[in-house]
Amino acid sequence: MKESTLAEPSVASSTVPRAEFERAFRVMLLARVLDEKFASLYRASKIHGGVFLGRGQEALSVATGLYLHEGDVFAPLIRDLAGRLAFGESPLDAARTYLGSPLGPMRSRDGNVHRGRPRDGLLPMISHLGSMISVVNGILFAQRMQGKTGTVGATSIGDGGTSTGAFHEALNQASVEKLPLVLVIANNQYAYSTPNERQFACQDLAERAAGYAISPVSINGTDLDACLHALGSAVARARSGEGPQMVVASLLRLAGHGEHDTAPYIDQRLRQTPIGRDCLALARAQLLERGWADAATLERWRREAEQRVEEAVAQAQREGGPDPYKEDWCALATRRLAEGLPQ
Amino acid sequence: MSGITYLEAIREAQARALAEDPRVYIYGQDIGAFGGAFKATKNLAEEFPGRVLDSPISEDAMVGSAVGAAIQGMRPIIEMQFADFSTVGFNQIVNQAATLYWRTQVPCPIVFRLPCGGTSGSGPFHSQTMEALYAHYPGLVVMTPATVEDAYSLLLEAVAIDDPVLFLEHKYLYYHLKADALPTEALPAGKARIARAGLHATIVTYGAMLHESLAAAEELSAEDRLELEIVDLRTVKPLDTDTVLASVARTGRVLAVGEAWPWGGVTAEVLARIAAEGFHLLDAAPARLNSRETPVPYHPALWAAHRPTARTIAAAARNLIRA
Repeated sequence: MKESTLAEPSVASSTVPRAEFERAFRVMLLARVLDEKFASLYRASKIHGGVFLGRGQEALSVATGLYLHEGDVFAPLIRDLAGRLAFGESPLDAARTYLGSPLGPMRSRDGNVHRGRPRDGLLPMISHLGSMISVVNGILFAQRMQGKTGTVGATSIGDGGTSTGAFHEALNQASVEKLPLVLVIANNQYAYSTPNERQFACQDLAERAAGYAISPVSINGTDLDACLHALGSAVARARSGEGPQMVVASLLRLAGHGEHDTAPYIDQRLRQTPIGRDCLALARAQLLERGWADAATLERWRREAEQRVEEAVAQAQREGGPDPYKEDWCALATRRLAEGLPQ
Repeated sequence: MSGITYLEAIREAQARALAEDPRVYIYGQDIGAFGGAFKATKNLAEEFPGRVLDSPISEDAMVGSAVGAAIQGMRPIIEMQFADFSTVGFNQIVNQAATLYWRTQVPCPIVFRLPCGGTSGSGPFHSQTMEALYAHYPGLVVMTPATVEDAYSLLLEAVAIDDPVLFLEHKYLYYHLKADALPTEALPAGKARIARAGLHATIVTYGAMLHESLAAAEELSAEDRLELEIVDLRTVKPLDTDTVLASVARTGRVLAVGEAWPWGGVTAEVLARIAAEGFHLLDAAPARLNSRETPVPYHPALWAAHRPTARTIAAAARNLIRA
């Protein structure tokens, strides 16, 4: 790992209001429980394709989604279940997509993390890293042409994604157009198995911002206080017309790249560093320490989250899979121009 | 006005689209005040302030942002400076724009203007025709206008279509073709056109090769009293198989001509369909003629020998009719 100068998170004091912290925590908890359910379904071979968890990244992710409103745009990446839920995605949309229900937003045509509702501002990621950023730019650009102001577009990327040409093209575009883009870089130390040392040569990914006239903010991504403060401020700055914002968070992925990956390459010593803590456990300790929640309340929140997850998954499972004979095999909106349709 | 060129028709179609639909905007390199590398957007930035915008040299971001704008209800026209450079935005075209509707049922109306095809002295990276590459992907429409009228009417239709359209405007035709006036009506996209009626063989072609084929047909008519029928595909995807088969039914022989490379391209697709659906109509093995299997050469002497010409098309047609 690169030298980290980020301070140990503070347990006792917070600059974030209690209600905001609690709300964020409960979304993180829901995300963790839903992720755990997907992992369990994966192990039971109930899921087609991969499962990608956000474990260890929920604090950063929830903060990314929490300050967005209707009319804003969010292009999540694979570890953003918490951000999605904070932005308004239902657990049912997630469950239906992972389980392949034709009633989900992707109608069995795409799966797992490749889900969204573009009309509601939630973009369904493609797999090519960096390529969602310019799509967010385009929405913000179009909103400006339409006279719609005060909106924000947020998107996230990993350490590996910052090496793509698409990342740099899009960041430059956002900067040239002074778009209200909030770019969150989750440096979880490994792009699949590749460590930072083999990914980039600068000391810190925040240095990437200088070339695009952006003032970056660096935080410890395991600290919910820091994440909420940084994202709340970045979203507010973007909304007030200060142009693109970048938040670089250091943290550790507490899972494999996907559930197929046992991640033997992760240096376990990182777990003992300030970025290696479990953000959910830390936030839980902070709630208790500050007297914002007691053990019974925390237990009740967990049971409620589990109940929501069980209901969503059970419903998606009941719905079954798609019928290839009833599928509309048409890739064009303009049907008269489609080839291969039955005459 | 003493006639209108193919290039001017493209400019006029964009002016009309901008005037009639506030959702339309144009984004590309040097297209603003400068008016574009070929002047296809000449004066449009001035006539339509804020809607004809210079982009950075970032094809990936140009296309990605167009997808976002389309989601937001706009109808972007993206000018690639040369079709060749669209490969830098290829990922966004084939993976983002082409899959959006299928994945989400949200339409993705974008026109990608790709100045394509060979002109003498342009070399390997300013001469390519890209239709086969894009036609391969579901979710895209690929237009290859061969006339001034189609450059105008197909571009207007492309803007109105709710799907991503690759508009392969041919640079060789920019200044070489002139019409008396802009058309007031047109065949819709997806319909091929009989550009010349004939008896002895059918040539199926598109883009600049239409004009080489027409010249070959005149030569065969004058020298051999052989009449070639010529089908101008207009859009290669969708491919109007019915019009092609109807022509082959009349002549019994077919030669497919394309400026692109042969492997897996439009001519291969045309012949595959004829072989599969019209084998019984053929009096001779179907033939095709494409450019040579090398990058496009720079020197005019090599360039002229690299792609099909009226002379090589005429020779291929004679062989086909004698077969």
